[in-house]
Amino acid sequence: MNNPPLLRVVDLVKSYGERRAVDSISFQVERGQTLGLIGPNGAGKSTTVSMLCGLLRPDSGQVFIDGQTLTAGNSAVKQKIGLVPQDLALIDDLSARENLKLFGAMYGLKGAVLKSRCDEVLALVKLEDRAGDKPGTFSGGMKRRLNIAAAMLHDPQLLILDEPTVGVDPQSRNAIFDSLELIKSQGRTLIYTSHYMEEVERLADHIVIIDHGKLLANESPQALHRRLPAQAALQVDLAQAASAAVLEQLTRQHGVTGVEGDAQNIHILLTDGAYAMPVLNWLTAQAGTATHFATAKTRLEDIFLSLTGRRLRD
Amino acid sequence: MTAILALIKKDLILFRSDRRALLLSLLMPIVLGSFFGYLFGGTGSTEHAKIDIALTMQDHSDIGNKIAAGLRADPTLHIIDMPQAEAQQQVTKGKLNAAIVIPAGFGDQAGAALFGQNAKPDITVYYDPSQNMVLPMVKGVLTQQVMQVVTADMFGGPGGKKMVADSLARLEAANEKDATNAYPALHDLLKSVLHFQDQIAKDDTDTTSATVVHGMSMPFATVDQALTSGPNKYNGYAHSFAGMSVQFILFMAIDAGIGILLARRMGVWNRLLAAPITVTTLLTARGLSCAIIACALQCFIFAVAGLLFHVSIDGSMAGFIGIIVSFSLMTASFGLLIAAFGRTPEAARGLAVFATLIMVMLGGAWVPAFLFPQWLQTFTLAIPTRWAVDGLDAMTWRGLGFDAAVAPIAVLLGFAVLFGGLAVWKFGRATPNEAH
Repeated sequence: MNNPPLLRVVDLVKSYGERRAVDSISFQVERGQTLGLIGPNGAGKSTTVSMLCGLLRPDSGQVFIDGQTLTAGNSAVKQKIGLVPQDLALIDDLSARENLKLFGAMYGLKGAVLKSRCDEVLALVKLEDRAGDKPGTFSGGMKRRLNIAAAMLHDPQLLILDEPTVGVDPQSRNAIFDSLELIKSQGRTLIYTSHYMEEVERLADHIVIIDHGKLLANESPQALHRRLPAQAALQVDLAQAASAAVLEQLTRQHGVTGVEGDAQNIHILLTDGAYAMPVLNWLTAQAGTATHFATAKTRLEDIFLSLTGRRLRD
Repeated sequence: MTAILALIKKDLILFRSDRRALLLSLLMPIVLGSFFGYLFGGTGSTEHAKIDIALTMQDHSDIGNKIAAGLRADPTLHIIDMPQAEAQQQVTKGKLNAAIVIPAGFGDQAGAALFGQNAKPDITVYYDPSQNMVLPMVKGVLTQQVMQVVTADMFGGPGGKKMVADSLARLEAANEKDATNAYPALHDLLKSVLHFQDQIAKDDTDTTSATVVHGMSMPFATVDQALTSGPNKYNGYAHSFAGMSVQFILFMAIDAGIGILLARRMGVWNRLLAAPITVTTLLTARGLSCAIIACALQCFIFAVAGLLFHVSIDGSMAGFIGIIVSFSLMTASFGLLIAAFGRTPEAARGLAVFATLIMVMLGGAWVPAFLFPQWLQTFTLAIPTRWAVDGLDAMTWRGLGFDAAVAPIAVLLGFAVLFGGLAVWKFGRATPNEAH
């Protein structure tokens, strides 16, 4: 018999007064899978995460972890979840090790097992040499890594990371990602929410996009890319501006789905990256020398914006 | 249980690591307790402070001088001689509590007034209205001295003899003019008094002993005896340390409550609740850690009071411990109540400090509750701090037995249950969506 998905969310609904923050969302996460949960500000991500962790009771719908319903007082189910909250949920006046001991004890760890797990997770996030120091003396990135370590102590089956890289520099973000990729390689199941599309693209096997509390997409990154007519883009900067006639003919070239930019700096959308060189050759033959050109795959951000729109959110 | 113990340990480490707060929690009640204890009589071995009174003597008669000497000898007054204008100024400025002005001719006029023959002379007493408790005390001492000196003079002094002789002469002169105006009875009385005065003068000349005072005197003497059940006498520090420890431990509870609100704001509260524990577990752990800290603080404060000021548990030790523990539990639940009803740390702190100061004031921690009006004494029985302070007083300097601790313990535990119950109820209402 096949194992059930590690997480199954069925018709989850949560309202605050008249506003429906989460509106009948359903999805599931298979064992060992990394799910990217993305959406604009106020889309309902945090509310969803809170319900997945048992911090909020849904108005209706159910959350199943490893086949068991997450309900009030179901400690066994909560034991399977590790939460890395968006806030730095650390106590500044306790050392890194004391923080870990506290959170470990919340999951029933004690004695030699707790000590051993503290050592392991400190090594995982590369903070073993700072175990005795207080988080108040840490950089933002180190605090974020300790936040992750605290969630890993009890060896959870499902690790939920709510924007774990907010406010850290690129080096720290890279270090966090090294840790997360190591965790992922161990076969652990992850849910990752972030505003940074490249992070989700790098880590996730499956993506859920929500907006206004509704589920807009629930599929693999490849399937999401296929939703867009353009799969690649060609950026060409010309020495001289192209004529309107050339630009009009460009839109009708084979493989071209759209032309953006101005007459000298042209952004060309292509159905496939293979059309890039023929289109570039045609354009330079018609409009003269290109001073710069570059090709790129369509990004998750393009898909995200096409699904959620470009309207500014709060 | 592992979670609760870890949470308690965390709170104790955090309390210990905040050295400034720890120092304030320990030092402030000791400093203020020492100060108030000294004001309220200290260990009872030192003399009571005398009241500074100005005396303006405009009457330099024998009677006036004797009154001044009597006032100076009174153990409750510290008499400072000065002119009337300066005395008025000193009282107006609050430098002196009161000033007495004995006018010129007071002695003669007072003697005549004693038998109702003349108008009564005035003694002006200026007093500081903020020290109005002093006025009746000064008037009492003044009355005693004046009556003693004036009556002594009337019955045995030269002033009295002259006044009787003058009165007798006026009576005899009137009798010669009009026989119908004779007052044989009064004449006989005055003659007898004159004879009595002559006899006393002769006796005083003959005797070699100290001067005998004739006239009125206080017809009784008081024997002042402080009553406590314990072996020691009243120790003002015992009450002040009880009051100040109650006050500062309540302040510590405010910090504990605010700590919960800060933990919620910083996300630590939710992070802990993401673990397989309940809100009730978190509140219980917080309450217990707060109670442990309160117990430790109170024991330390009383230990210092014992070492420095000889405050001792003259009553039941079990009762003392019972009151400390029940007050600590009440304090802890008060902290939880603050966290439950406070919306933000900032707003909760202001409200909690106000509520604490009211509780402390009405609980008799600053000044003993027996100084309150009767209705207020009855009202303050509804304030838990009143029971804590009275209970600690009973177990320390009053030296009462365990039976005197039963009611305070019961009331404090009752308040602990009430506050704790309200806090849990409010937490449940404030976070209805939490999957507890």
